[in-house]
Amino acid sequence: MATAAASGLGPGSGPGDSPEGPEPEAPERRRKAHGMLKLYYGLSEGETAGRPPGSDPLDPIDLNGAHFDPEMYLDKLRRECPLAQLMDSETDMVRQIRALDSDMQTLVYENYNKFISATDTIRKMKNDFRKMEDEMDRLANNMAVITDFSARISATLQDCHERITKLAGVHALLRKLQFLFELPSRLTKCVELGAYGQAVRYQGRARAVLQQYQHLPSFRAIQDDCQVITARLAQQLRQRFREGGSGAPEQAECVELLLALGEPAEELCEEFLVHARGRLEDELRSLEAELGPSPPAPDILEFTDRGGSGFVGGLCQVAAAYQELFAAQGSAGAEKLAAFARELGGRYFALVERRLAQEQGGGDNSLLVRALDRFHRRLRAPGALLAAAGLAEAATEIVERVARERLGHHLQGLRAAFLGCLTDVRQALAAPRLTGKEGPGLAELLANVASSVLSHIKASLAAVHLFTAKEVSFSNKPYFRGEFCSQGVREGLIVGFIHSMCQTAQSFCDSPGEKGGATPPALLLLLSRLCLDYETATISYILTLTDEQFLVQDQSPVTPVSVLCAEARETARRLLTHYVKVQGLVISQMLRKSVETRDWLSTLEPRNVRAVMKRVVEDTTAIDVQVGLLYEEGVRKAQSSDSSKRTFSVYSSSRQQGRYAPSYTPSAPMDTNLLSNIQKLFSERIDVFSPVEFNKVSVLTGIIKISLKTLLECVRLRTFGRFGLQQVQVDCHFLQLYLWRFVADEELVHLLLDEVVASAALRCPDPVPMEPSVVEVICERG
Amino acid sequence: MPKELESGSPESPDDSSSTTQTLELLCHLDNTAHGNMACVVWEPMGDGKKIISLADNHILLWDLQESSSKAVLASSASLEGKGQLKFTSGRWSPHHNCTQVATANDTTLRGWDTRTMSQIYCIENAHGQLVRDLDFNPNKQYYLASCGDDCRVKFWDTRNVTEPVKTLEEHSHWVWNVRYNHSHDQLILTGSSDSRVILSNMVSISSEPFGHLVDDDDLSDQEEHHQEEKNKEPLQDSVIATYEEHEDSVYAVDWSSADPWLFASLSYDGRLVVNRVPRALKYHILL
Repeated sequence: MATAAASGLGPGSGPGDSPEGPEPEAPERRRKAHGMLKLYYGLSEGETAGRPPGSDPLDPIDLNGAHFDPEMYLDKLRRECPLAQLMDSETDMVRQIRALDSDMQTLVYENYNKFISATDTIRKMKNDFRKMEDEMDRLANNMAVITDFSARISATLQDCHERITKLAGVHALLRKLQFLFELPSRLTKCVELGAYGQAVRYQGRARAVLQQYQHLPSFRAIQDDCQVITARLAQQLRQRFREGGSGAPEQAECVELLLALGEPAEELCEEFLVHARGRLEDELRSLEAELGPSPPAPDILEFTDRGGSGFVGGLCQVAAAYQELFAAQGSAGAEKLAAFARELGGRYFALVERRLAQEQGGGDNSLLVRALDRFHRRLRAPGALLAAAGLAEAATEIVERVARERLGHHLQGLRAAFLGCLTDVRQALAAPRLTGKEGPGLAELLANVASSVLSHIKASLAAVHLFTAKEVSFSNKPYFRGEFCSQGVREGLIVGFIHSMCQTAQSFCDSPGEKGGATPPALLLLLSRLCLDYETATISYILTLTDEQFLVQDQSPVTPVSVLCAEARETARRLLTHYVKVQGLVISQMLRKSVETRDWLSTLEPRNVRAVMKRVVEDTTAIDVQVGLLYEEGVRKAQSSDSSKRTFSVYSSSRQQGRYAPSYTPSAPMDTNLLSNIQKLFSERIDVFSPVEFNKVSVLTGIIKISLKTLLECVRLRTFGRFGLQQVQVDCHFLQLYLWRFVADEELVHLLLDEVVASAALRCPDPVPMEPSVVEVICERG
Repeated sequence: MPKELESGSPESPDDSSSTTQTLELLCHLDNTAHGNMACVVWEPMGDGKKIISLADNHILLWDLQESSSKAVLASSASLEGKGQLKFTSGRWSPHHNCTQVATANDTTLRGWDTRTMSQIYCIENAHGQLVRDLDFNPNKQYYLASCGDDCRVKFWDTRNVTEPVKTLEEHSHWVWNVRYNHSHDQLILTGSSDSRVILSNMVSISSEPFGHLVDDDDLSDQEEHHQEEKNKEPLQDSVIATYEEHEDSVYAVDWSSADPWLFASLSYDGRLVVNRVPRALKYHILL
């Protein structure tokens, strides 16, 4: 069986079978079949691909191998395999052989027809080719004949052709000669007609030839003629150029022609610049005339427009023409142009700056910004054209300067507005006093001032914000993105204003008008409250607003809010302290006059509280109302409900025995001193001009302290009769009745008033105090 | 109301009378015609024969030379102006051969030439309120200190009266007294009705503005009877010490005429406090 299989397949064409695998899957089989066919036709890739890797192609035992030896294979099988396996492989082999046979048959059948048709085709092709060969032969013959004929014709025509060529050459030469001979007349005509361009072109064409043949007399004559005409032409062109009435493009044309005529470029370039300068200076003059001393100058926008279209446009044209014409001049020429542009640009800038300076006082920022924008935008073109002249940089510088000045102007404006507000307040404060009303609108005035200052700040911010608007051409310059926002607007304008506001306010404290009373106290109070409000809210609000509007990208250090707040608070404190001093001074002057001008020795028995004390109480109440309008109440020390009664008894009864009575005895001074000292040990020292807190009670405490201390000192300088002492007693009791409610610690009032009465008693040779009940009656009556 | 005056000094030396002998009236200044006498000052140098007294709005120069029991009114001048002008205080300048006197009335300081009894300078509004006292720098011509109800002490150069040379604002109530130390004029003593006495060191406007450039590290001694004490750099004006022993207004302060480092202050409650300049400072000045 194994032999049959071997003979059936033949050597070298190993059947597609592997001893190990009866897994006849369809793709596997097909691949194997292909592999075998390829092997048959000797295709090498089939040999390598169809074989399992690693198997030796020379292995005689490999069924699929090319060197399969059936004997060895059988021997091996018989030697190695048990019977059952032999049987298995036998059946397997048979089945594979059968399958291979049927495959073979199918393949042969399938390909048979194709073989037949292929044979037919080949046969037909053979016939056709034979026919074609004949045709080709005939074609070759014909071609040979044609070549022959053609050669003969060319030979015949050769002669004629050469002659024609020669004639054509002669013709062209003659044309050229004719052109040359006609050139002078043509040139003359062109010059007469003003077609300078044409003339220059002709001349250019003829020049080289004439140059070459100038040794021939006839050509020489022509050349001379041409030169004469050209000279005339050049002269005319120069004439025209010099007249200069025509615009820049025509001049440029003239120069171009002159250059083509071979005029020296350097000289032309000089002349060109001189002419350009003349024109531009005319522009500048007209601008200057507009600027002129006469006030009806056009508005700034119009001015920059005119300057932009007139001067800057002209400069652009000149620069472009120059660069085009004198490109050959190289760096020296460029340098010349740059210097030219720099000089004229400088003059233009000077004019613009003068105009801008006139605008500086004006209020309309948007117009100014638009004008600056145009100015800057117009100068970008020549700036790009003439980088060396630095026009764009100079323009940016001007814009920056203007922006800075604008900031300064706004700062001034804000200051002026603030001062104006203060003046308004002063007037408002003065007015109601005339009509007798008691400063009704202090809170309103404060609100007015605050809102008007704030609105001014906002207006200024909005105005300077125009400088950084997106559509403005210079807003993306580094200055406007960084320094302008942080240093200019935030520091210069806003912080500067807050500083100056604080300074202005503080200057009211330092004013030498302590005696003249230049500043109304209400204004001090109002400013103090204003500064305090700034400290608590407004400053941070304004700065936040600024930072939002001007997205500050600059990292340079800025004044922190806390510093400004501290400054504002300090200002508020100083103002309030000053207010206390001023008001205290007013009241203490009143008290002092009342003590100093009276003859206390010969006074009558008191029947009334003196009018001045009532006045003091009235004034204090008025101050209380005034301060109450702007400041909160503040904290008092806890007090009993009927404090006036209680302390009165203390001061009059205890003092009566403790202080006045013993003064009759010789040991009195000792005792009084001891007693008063002991008492003082238990009372705190009174700091008369002590710092004030931001509330009503503290303010009034300060004022009352100052007033009562003055009263005390004045009393000590006087000598009192019995009734004088009693009058002081009455007055003090009256003050006590009414003043305790204003102060933080009523004990203070009591202490000071006790001290006043005690001092008066000491200064009295006949100290007989009044009955407390009588004092009370008098006080209640008055 | 005429005043009896002892020939000692305007500040009546009570204690001397009680311990040694009774006072004897030497001379009577008859000022009935001129009103209340506010201040009497001796000629600081010379033979002590001249007295200036200030009464209401009159400045009177008395001569004791003629007779021992009666002062002769040598010359006088009076202050004219609207309102009732009253002198509050006066000092006799020790410089210029004792020909100058300075007076204070209300807020104004005036200088007078005693030879002609005419005004030589006037500082209007020297203080915001009443001027209480003034003193001449004993070692430096033209320098004058004043104090007043505006709690300030001001130093003036009488050659330029538009601006004070220096202003101190340490007190919290009226300053009643200002005194230069007799020998070391950088030491200024002030007493105030805020019951404090303040000793200040005004080196920069003193006659020895550069001090003694000796470091006193090893000399710094602990002072026992001063509550506050600030050691200070040379050339810097500052408060040396604030004395708060008084319980009531201090109305008078003065330096000892014997010991330049000793001073006394007197307050309303009758307490007299004698203090010494901090020793560290003393050495600092001396060495």
